[in-house]
Amino acid sequence: MTKELIEATINGEPVEFLCEPRQSLLEVLRDVLNLTGTKEGCLTGDCGACSVILDGRVVCSCLVLGVEVAGGAIETVEGLAEGTHLTELQQTFLEDAALQCGICTPGFLIAAKALLDSNPDPSETEVRYALAGNLCRCTGYDKIVRAVMDAAALMRQRQSSSSSAKQGREA
Amino acid sequence: MATNTIDSSSGYRVIGTRPIRPDGVDKVTGRAKYGADYALPGMLHGKVLRSPHAHARIKAIRFERALKLPGVKAVVTGKDLPEGENKSVPLGEMSVNPRYLGHNILARDKALYQGHAVAAVAAVGLHIAEQALELIEIEYELLPPVMTVDEAMANSAPILDPELRNEEQGDEPTNIAKHTQLKRGETEAGFKSAQTVVEREFRTAMVHQGYIEPHNALATYGSDGRATIYCSTQGPFEVRGMSAAVLGVPVGSIKVVPAEIGGGFGGKTTVYLEPLALLLAMKTGRPVKMVMTRAEVLRASGPTSGSHIKVKMGCARDGKITAACVWLAYEAGAFPGSPVAAAAMTVLAPYAIPNVLIDAYDVVVNRPKTAAYRAPGATNAAFAAETVIDELAERCGIDPLEMRILNGAREGTPHPAGPPYRRIGFIETCEAIKNSPHYRSELNGANRGRGVASGFWFNAGMQSAAMVNIHADGTASVVTGSPDIGGSRASCAMIAAEVLGLEAEEVRPVVTDTDAIGHTDVTGGSRVTFATGMAVFQAAEDAMRQLKERAAKLWECKPEEVEFRAGKFFAKGNPDAPITIKELAKRLPRTGGPVSGRATVNARGVGPAFATTCIDVEVDLDTGKVEILRCTVAQDAGRAIHPAYVEGQMQGGTAQGIGWALNEEYVYDAQGRMLNAGLLDYRMPTCPDLPMIETIIVEVPNPGHPLGVRGVGEVSIVPPPAAVANAIYRAVGVRLTELPMSPPRVLKAILTHSGQPSATAWS
Amino acid sequence: MHEFSYYAPRSLSEAIGLLATHGAKARPLCGGTDLIIQMRAGALRPTSIIDVKQIRELRRISFDGTTGLYLGAAVPCVEVYENAAVLGRYPGLADAARLIGSVQIRHRASLGGNLVNGSPAADSVPALIALGATALVAGPEDERTVPVEGFVVAPGRTVLRSGELLVGLQVPPPPPAKSSSAYLRFTPRNEMDIAVVGVGVALVMDGERCLKAQIALGAVGPTQIIAQEAAAYLTGRRLDQAALDHAGWLASRAATPIDDARGTAEFRRHIVSVLTRRALLAAADRARVN
Ligand code: FES
Ligand code: FES
Repeated sequence: MTKELIEATINGEPVEFLCEPRQSLLEVLRDVLNLTGTKEGCLTGDCGACSVILDGRVVCSCLVLGVEVAGGAIETVEGLAEGTHLTELQQTFLEDAALQCGICTPGFLIAAKALLDSNPDPSETEVRYALAGNLCRCTGYDKIVRAVMDAAALMRQRQSSSSSAKQGREA
Repeated sequence: MATNTIDSSSGYRVIGTRPIRPDGVDKVTGRAKYGADYALPGMLHGKVLRSPHAHARIKAIRFERALKLPGVKAVVTGKDLPEGENKSVPLGEMSVNPRYLGHNILARDKALYQGHAVAAVAAVGLHIAEQALELIEIEYELLPPVMTVDEAMANSAPILDPELRNEEQGDEPTNIAKHTQLKRGETEAGFKSAQTVVEREFRTAMVHQGYIEPHNALATYGSDGRATIYCSTQGPFEVRGMSAAVLGVPVGSIKVVPAEIGGGFGGKTTVYLEPLALLLAMKTGRPVKMVMTRAEVLRASGPTSGSHIKVKMGCARDGKITAACVWLAYEAGAFPGSPVAAAAMTVLAPYAIPNVLIDAYDVVVNRPKTAAYRAPGATNAAFAAETVIDELAERCGIDPLEMRILNGAREGTPHPAGPPYRRIGFIETCEAIKNSPHYRSELNGANRGRGVASGFWFNAGMQSAAMVNIHADGTASVVTGSPDIGGSRASCAMIAAEVLGLEAEEVRPVVTDTDAIGHTDVTGGSRVTFATGMAVFQAAEDAMRQLKERAAKLWECKPEEVEFRAGKFFAKGNPDAPITIKELAKRLPRTGGPVSGRATVNARGVGPAFATTCIDVEVDLDTGKVEILRCTVAQDAGRAIHPAYVEGQMQGGTAQGIGWALNEEYVYDAQGRMLNAGLLDYRMPTCPDLPMIETIIVEVPNPGHPLGVRGVGEVSIVPPPAAVANAIYRAVGVRLTELPMSPPRVLKAILTHSGQPSATAWS
Repeated sequence: MHEFSYYAPRSLSEAIGLLATHGAKARPLCGGTDLIIQMRAGALRPTSIIDVKQIRELRRISFDGTTGLYLGAAVPCVEVYENAAVLGRYPGLADAARLIGSVQIRHRASLGGNLVNGSPAADSVPALIALGATALVAGPEDERTVPVEGFVVAPGRTVLRSGELLVGLQVPPPPPAKSSSAYLRFTPRNEMDIAVVGVGVALVMDGERCLKAQIALGAVGPTQIIAQEAAAYLTGRRLDQAALDHAGWLASRAATPIDDARGTAEFRRHIVSVLTRRALLAAADRARVN
């Protein structure tokens, strides 16, 4: 089968890969690029374990073809932390014990990031609906929802302190 | 968040705190390696061809065309496996029937359920392996499918296994693999002395554990006859033993490396792909990786039984239960082995009932062979018994929690199938709910109701091994063979840290392979923190004993004179300053070499677990849809080592129980084909379907464990279906007797009850 | 999955050309949230996939007062329900777009794809029918328009001929009077589910009196059903409880549901009457504040 050469940006780095049209983005990430942090749970768009952010939008990578992302920008769980510095979401997932087996965690972190990027102060209901495409069978979602709300609060705090610091400097 | 813990007066330094789990960073950064994340050079991909029919004779298999497809390296069928012995052989403390196990891995002359593996292929790519499956031709002769226990137990039922016999029916072919009876007292007399008797019949649907990670296996085989299997499993030693049994190779020739595991709940305690991957690796000499699709997981792994249950229970005027009869028939799936015996032993276990008769039937049907699912067997049975108790309480005008407290088992109450209980915490869970802000709050609003129910689970002991190694800097590692599915690594590290006077973060827990640690039974039965925790405790004490010897050597005193207090070693009358474990660790090379504590246990002293759950619902009278408004669960943990993960177990089990209550079920057509083999139509709760799940950890220490630990992993799944049913009753006045209590069923009950069949639907 | 070739044309004519060349073996790809699943399951085996997401006409969403709303066939659901014109003038369509799948799915799935799939349970189709939408179809020879209500002819089958492509949807401007729309569906779970029943309604009101109603039902027949009698009955009536009940009853009589894994026929028929009532109420409430 002929493969195509695809260029894309993954976690901020330019990447080239070869793939068959029938290979999903999930397969490309995991089997071609060795980015196995993105998980497979169903291959039908129903579990969210494979969530990635594609051009700013959270999608199921199992329902995207590798060839479709030519020129696109992809963010995966591997790209969340900066070096050894975890994001607030990663930190609150740890502190709030929001993971048990952890197989759903990459997908939840990505979906939650996408939510908080567009809505920094979501209600519990908004969080629950934004995460409806991500199944977790271990936690009953309680601690996940708390972790997302806690991360949102931390992020708002950081934003306001950095903006007030900025204001301070400007003043 | 405030900890809701009752009776926690531990005086421990590490135990009972909430450190960040040791595997956490790997899991939030995507670095943790699960079974499907492994890859090896030269690896082939394996796929399984499965029967589209529920019951069929396999007349011929032709796979020459598949073998000719470029890239295909091997095709195997049932003929490639040795015929296993048809008897139960011990494996750890479990037992397996090698014949049934082997036939489930690859069908021989008959396919016994839709999804039953018939052939497997290895090819250089996943998509090529999939294409190869389409080139295999199988000739089937269709047989009538037997889908329910009622059908299977009928006199004229088609027989699944012509060789199956049970003790009672002599040499007559049957679908009833086993009848178990438990009896105490005289039920007839007991019912005579009852003032109120309730008799009800229940049905529950087959449901799946629903772990998010599909089954996977990667096997290698060398010319020296040595094999390695990497897989996500709850029981690496079981995978080794079962794979050896299925393939007819020595146990010692296989090493199993447990990967991170993406949920199991009992479903990953047996083998499906592991022996196949190894068989294909043996045929090709190359590593073979296999991963199930979600449809394969649902159709062909091991869900838990659907069931038919009858309960008759009577109580005196004061509410004291005088007698109970329970009849249980559970779907085993295609091969014997449902959890019905466990159901029989759990169904009345929370209560002291003088006269009891329980009959339990293990029945084969054309469905996938069931596997364990969190407190296997108990949830179905509790749905029946706990709704009947609710009805008795209502008829006697007693609060449902008071009813349970009045009849509840305590220390000394004989268990229906065994010796009297030691100290248990059932009553305490009822009291905890009774005093909870939830139960004391008022529930207002139309069509809303509050229900409670309780549950019991034995918990398990079994074998575990542990090593505790002291590092040169005085930190430590804990090595066990127990895969961590819910945070048990954290609790093992904490137990060792407690004994060694270290911080939890200073102990690194390692889950190792089957060659590197002594035999360790499955992560199941809520046994890891209990039994492996006991081994870790002893191994840490062993390390401590050795450390004291070293200190004694330094100080030229007797080891008995060395004491360890507040993180420091002392010796009476020793002029030298006390030293910390860190200082002592530096001196190990000169006092006799490394210190490594070891322990193996076959753990006794298991403490059973009880949970009581309170659920508020609102029912949509027009659609039958049930919304969970509030939920609180109280559970006796004995001692909560890491309370956050105890809560996590309670919340996770409760969520599964709610899913079981409301929407989860295997739906089959008349031909025995599963109609909802995907996560869109097999409806597990999503985030917006649940409220926060409030937890109350009750701590009634288990006298059989050095730290008081009871297992915490399972029992929380048991009460929710009954609690939801009882809540629905209080909301709209109808008693549901079938699971799931899905909208059509609830609506039908409401309309029938109100005597006004819908203007449109039921006319 | 089987093998196929992938094309990503940048213009409509290029896409039509590709479809013409590859004929029945070709399949356009929008969000892929249904097509990829069906291909993986072996239910569809196109040998050419024509990704139409880069074609301007299929990605445009615009509104003007005379022609109404134009919705490119490949516009993802989020862009539909976040669009101010849709939210303000076609709330029933926003309802439907917001209910499809999960956030992840809605970032990919399009209403065009939802329609072309031909699923009786498609959420957006009853909403589109109630609003009187038409489908714009381009083919090798010419372009044509097809009312959405006649677009799906059987489960999984549409009026599209080999070589034809759904370009967009045109929804007429809402009447100047008090009018509104709503779409409701019933699912056992609160999200991530397939409609057991879906009901789309559009209303034109004069105070409490209904001037005109349109009611379309989903998942209760081989294709979407227009509840003609119910709509006709409501014309000129006050929407009081009795009228709503009767309209619900008439709508449920129009339904021709079957038993399947997602629900029984009798349950579905009952739910049609419930949802029709509720959707009418929701639309009437919206019309009041319009
Ligand atoms: S694997 Fe993509 S949604 Fe489940
Ligand atoms: S932590 Fe196991 S599925 Fe979410």
